[in-house]
Amino acid sequence: MKIHEYQAKQLFSEYGVAIAKGGVAESPETAKAVAETLGGFPVAVKAQIHAGGRGKGGGVKIANDISEVVKHAGAIIGMNLVTPQTGPGGQPVKRVLLEKGLNIEKELYLSLTADRESAGILIMASEAGGMDIETVAEQTPEKIIKVHVNPLTGIYPYHCRQAAFGLNLDKELIKPFSQMLTALYKLFVDLDCSLVEINPLVITQEKQLYALDAKVSFDDNALYRQKEVVEMRDFDEEDPVDVEASKYNLNYINLDGTVGNMVNGAGLAMAVMDTIKLAGAEPANFLDVGGGATAEMIENGFRLILSDKKVKAILINIFGGILRCDVLAKGVVEAARNTEINVPLVVRMEGTNVEEGRQILADSGLDLQTARDLKDAGEKVAALV
Amino acid sequence: MSIFADADTRLVVQGITGKEGQFHARQCVEYGTRVVAGVTPGKGGQKMDDIPVFNSVAESVSEAGANCSLIFVPPPFAADAIMEAADAGVDLIVTITEGIPVLDMMRVKHYLKIRAARLIGPNCPGIITPGEAKVGIMPGPIHKAGGPIGVVSRSGTLTYEVVYQLTLQDIGQTTCIGIGGDPVNGTNFIDCLAAFEADPDTRGVVMVGEIGGSAEEQAAEFIRQNMSKPVVSFIAGMTAPPGRRMGHAGAIISGGAGTAQGKIEALKAGGAHVCEDLGRIGEFCAKVF
Repeated sequence: MKIHEYQAKQLFSEYGVAIAKGGVAESPETAKAVAETLGGFPVAVKAQIHAGGRGKGGGVKIANDISEVVKHAGAIIGMNLVTPQTGPGGQPVKRVLLEKGLNIEKELYLSLTADRESAGILIMASEAGGMDIETVAEQTPEKIIKVHVNPLTGIYPYHCRQAAFGLNLDKELIKPFSQMLTALYKLFVDLDCSLVEINPLVITQEKQLYALDAKVSFDDNALYRQKEVVEMRDFDEEDPVDVEASKYNLNYINLDGTVGNMVNGAGLAMAVMDTIKLAGAEPANFLDVGGGATAEMIENGFRLILSDKKVKAILINIFGGILRCDVLAKGVVEAARNTEINVPLVVRMEGTNVEEGRQILADSGLDLQTARDLKDAGEKVAALV
Repeated sequence: MSIFADADTRLVVQGITGKEGQFHARQCVEYGTRVVAGVTPGKGGQKMDDIPVFNSVAESVSEAGANCSLIFVPPPFAADAIMEAADAGVDLIVTITEGIPVLDMMRVKHYLKIRAARLIGPNCPGIITPGEAKVGIMPGPIHKAGGPIGVVSRSGTLTYEVVYQLTLQDIGQTTCIGIGGDPVNGTNFIDCLAAFEADPDTRGVVMVGEIGGSAEEQAAEFIRQNMSKPVVSFIAGMTAPPGRRMGHAGAIISGGAGTAQGKIEALKAGGAHVCEDLGRIGEFCAKVF
């Protein structure tokens, strides 16, 4: 789960990490009121959407007086912001964050991530702040300092010193930097984060550290114990199809092809997509109905697939284990009737009670083809589109 | 022979009185696994069918001689259950539970370094040595006992598909292991490859991977340096878009890393026989083995 920059900065503030003075506005009028409380200019006007690359899309502007605040806020609020991360459709902007400008001397990069390789928390820091960190990692990997923290012991001063010396910080900044990094680590662990990123982390001419940007995302598996985090969720920022799928407990991802498909199990679902491609067609989606799919889930799966008008045929591939093929077949027949499927259907089933399942499909009167095996299924569905 | 689980496996099921635990405990018994105990805190002294239920894993070890645990405990309590099993001294812990918080698994993983137990999973179908012991949720009848092929996979139903095609080709399995689809897990590909290499009855291995992380790339390097037995590999997710999580928590291409293409190239360079068409993997294995 992702949150907005202004929400991430509220969390930073609660944990004692310095942020620029600022506030949020949902209209040019409130933007003006917020800017007046900041006590001076310039003021940054920043679009609040989840996607990164906002500056490139015109979502971040600097205002040098109050009239510019109103002008920029008016232009940004309500705009459809297209950035490299939003996709060509863009994302409508509902609110802006206004922040008092800082006298920046240097920009750094700092992040904490849940690192799967080391099964620990990975701190990454770099003097190449303000740049895309993946580009830095690719072109000048020596500029990135990596510090691994064991999740059982937590962060110690030497972890912080390692990052601080690696960043070539002035002596008087080492202590405040260490305090800040320790606070960020605490935030990360307390709130079950998957990423905490500050890019740039700035050193001002007054030798103060500020988080100029803030990106925080959370482990979805841990949301059950993070009520405060869940309250920050903004459904407007999520793809409505994803929201719909998560409501039904389905894993659905929309793709560009024409062959809809429904599979039990994530690995098999990916492999079925690949099979469709090998047979000469393109998958329209990824859809995993899980090991314990019910008739209702299968019906909802059909609805999701059919909501994509590009779909010209559907392939169902179920390897019945715990989910018996006869139960599945009944579900398919019911779902097909209730959702009025208007595209051809290819069904491949294998596993427990497969004979009964095939009989149910054969007796249903539905216009569908059954496939002997996966290879046959791929070829049959590719011939239909 | 086999790896990690065999006829001497004495199973305790943690969460045996829950819906899933009960169902799968019975399935394991039906397959012939020696299910010697169940654990549900507070229900000690009861029985599930003929299986005694204990309040703790430690009791199941001392009273019933359990040496392997199968965990169906819900995600909020799963880390606790795994560490309890490790402390109780079982040799093998198989965790089926899906959706355990990443930080919990990280702590568990580091904790297990100072314990003898091997963890398989979480978010996995478990392990089966056909004809001897089934410790998991996979359908038993698709397997063929007697070897000579070992199977290791990050997936569930995808593994069933591969095993089923092997069985259709009359190729039996020594042991089949699902290591799970989470980013942080216990046993990894290399652990299984090394064990299969050392198992005299295993003559070849099928390794089923998917996008995300670098476990397949590391396995490829291990194959190059250490495997004398042939390895057939399949990688799911050639058509998966970058930046999207494909069902499994660990199945995501991020920052251009973890692509199927990259893994296939690494495995080929490591000397594995890569099959790119799942529909033909049975025939492919018949040729290689």
